[in-house]
Amino acid sequence: MIKINAKRLMSLFIVLFFTFSVSPAFAGNLVIKGSTTVLPIAQAAAEQFMMKNPGVNISVSGGGSGNGVKAIIDGTTDIADSSRFLKDKEVKLAMQKGVYPVPHRVALDCVVPVVHPSNAVKDISIEQLMGIYTGKIKNWKEVGGADKVIVVISRDTSSGTYEVWEDKVLKGGRVTPKALLQASNGAVAQAVAKNKYAIGYVGIGYVNEDVKALTVNKIKASAGTALNGSFPVSRGLFMFTQGWPEGDTLSFINFVVSPEGQKIVAKEGYVPLY
Amino acid sequence: MKGAGARRIKEFIIRYVFLCLAMVSIFILAMIVVFLVKESLPIFKSVSVKDFLFGEYWYPTDEDNPAFGIKPMIIASVIVTIMSSMLAIPLGVLSAVYVSEVAGRRIKEIAKPVIELLASLPSVVIGFFGMVVVAPFLQETFDIPTGLNIFNASVMLAFMAVPTISSISEDAIHSVRRELREASLALGATQWETISRVVLPASLSGIATAVILGMSRAIGETMVVLMVAGGAAAVPESIFDSARPMPASIAAEMAEAPFQSEHYYALFATGLVLFALTFTFNIIADYISHKYRQTGTATL
Repeated sequence: MIKINAKRLMSLFIVLFFTFSVSPAFAGNLVIKGSTTVLPIAQAAAEQFMMKNPGVNISVSGGGSGNGVKAIIDGTTDIADSSRFLKDKEVKLAMQKGVYPVPHRVALDCVVPVVHPSNAVKDISIEQLMGIYTGKIKNWKEVGGADKVIVVISRDTSSGTYEVWEDKVLKGGRVTPKALLQASNGAVAQAVAKNKYAIGYVGIGYVNEDVKALTVNKIKASAGTALNGSFPVSRGLFMFTQGWPEGDTLSFINFVVSPEGQKIVAKEGYVPLY
Repeated sequence: MKGAGARRIKEFIIRYVFLCLAMVSIFILAMIVVFLVKESLPIFKSVSVKDFLFGEYWYPTDEDNPAFGIKPMIIASVIVTIMSSMLAIPLGVLSAVYVSEVAGRRIKEIAKPVIELLASLPSVVIGFFGMVVVAPFLQETFDIPTGLNIFNASVMLAFMAVPTISSISEDAIHSVRRELREASLALGATQWETISRVVLPASLSGIATAVILGMSRAIGETMVVLMVAGGAAAVPESIFDSARPMPASIAAEMAEAPFQSEHYYALFATGLVLFALTFTFNIIADYISHKYRQTGTATL
């Protein structure tokens, strides 16, 4: 009895050993992680890619741009999704480790200010947005709305969406501490839809009929205005690879930027590259 | 003789297996504490303990001039816990008294499991309810800027603390010996006099433990406050202001804080403060339950 058990145990260990020692770069296995903004694209693209290439197994997870970039630098993922470019600190860290993350732009994203559908305000300028988010503008009547307090909704300061907002709208200013914090695009849309006096910002893929998207400097957020750069709050979405991609990683990236992949991008509510 | 020796060895082995198992769980807990302390200390190289605990501003990702002050979060945690306790303690203790002392058998058989069933509601469900149903209701009814505020979070946390407080209190009340009640009634006391002067004092240590465990559940609860408290990192001025208790701050930001950055250490330090608070609560609960344990009838 004991001998049989020992053998079983041994084989179990061997199986476990091989399960855990398989490197992410193992042929036929792709690991993708990072930005929750890029996640829907990566997820849908991975599903279609796996249908076409039955030998390839792709696992997709979120965790945020920061974690994705961290993982690509540590080599624990094949592809890192990121809703922003690398930060200086991350470039330095990669250099220290002798790693060269290569960016592939796969889509564009607009971050759109949204309000409750009953709000009379239709257009807002970048300066007004800046005033609202730094706490200088406190009442809707200052921007052409009703005489009501503005409820400012922002994202957690480490999210990619917040970084774009900070970069394009706040321009170095600090968000008022009174701003409400929501931890995801969906939660912001939900909170704005439930509050008549709220203003928030979400990726264009999260704008739905429950909220009203404002035009910024009279420019409507759309695929066209993001592509030609006229919409002021837009950004590229990236997939990073460690070094120039090869094998399955390369075919997957090629698939995402192919016309077929870009159809997925549009379907998920983002702006395709062409 | 041989049989007795084998049994003794078996006894010995079983004893040490249990000892090892107990040690493993203690060891794991100790390692978590060590890890928590180790990961939070580096922040105090760049921020003093005083600035960290009493600083008004929290701008952890500011490139040039980051600020790591968690005073608004500590205050938010304390206020939310106190307010939810004010709601949950009377509800929990009184429902325990009712179920245990007043209710007939049939009602008791329904009420007790239902109250305990409340404890099995996942906190994310309670949070979602607070966000989608209670928040718009509060905003409409009181005409306040936002329904995601301290008041809403306190009510939701009270929901979560009531089953804990109620079921532990109920056990304490239930374990008061029958002869105490009968002696009191035999002396001509009414049922209310028996409950308030005999049963409650006799089960006070159990009730106090229940209350403190309920409070420590409220202070450590994350999902509900993340979804419902609003998340403003400012010191609140009224109960209808939104606030960001410590667990919400950690949960919202930890995922994207760069590994071993100042932000990461600051979040761990926030966790350490939170741990110190819940640990204190549990020590107090333990102390009370030992000190005021009703051992006989003489101390009443």
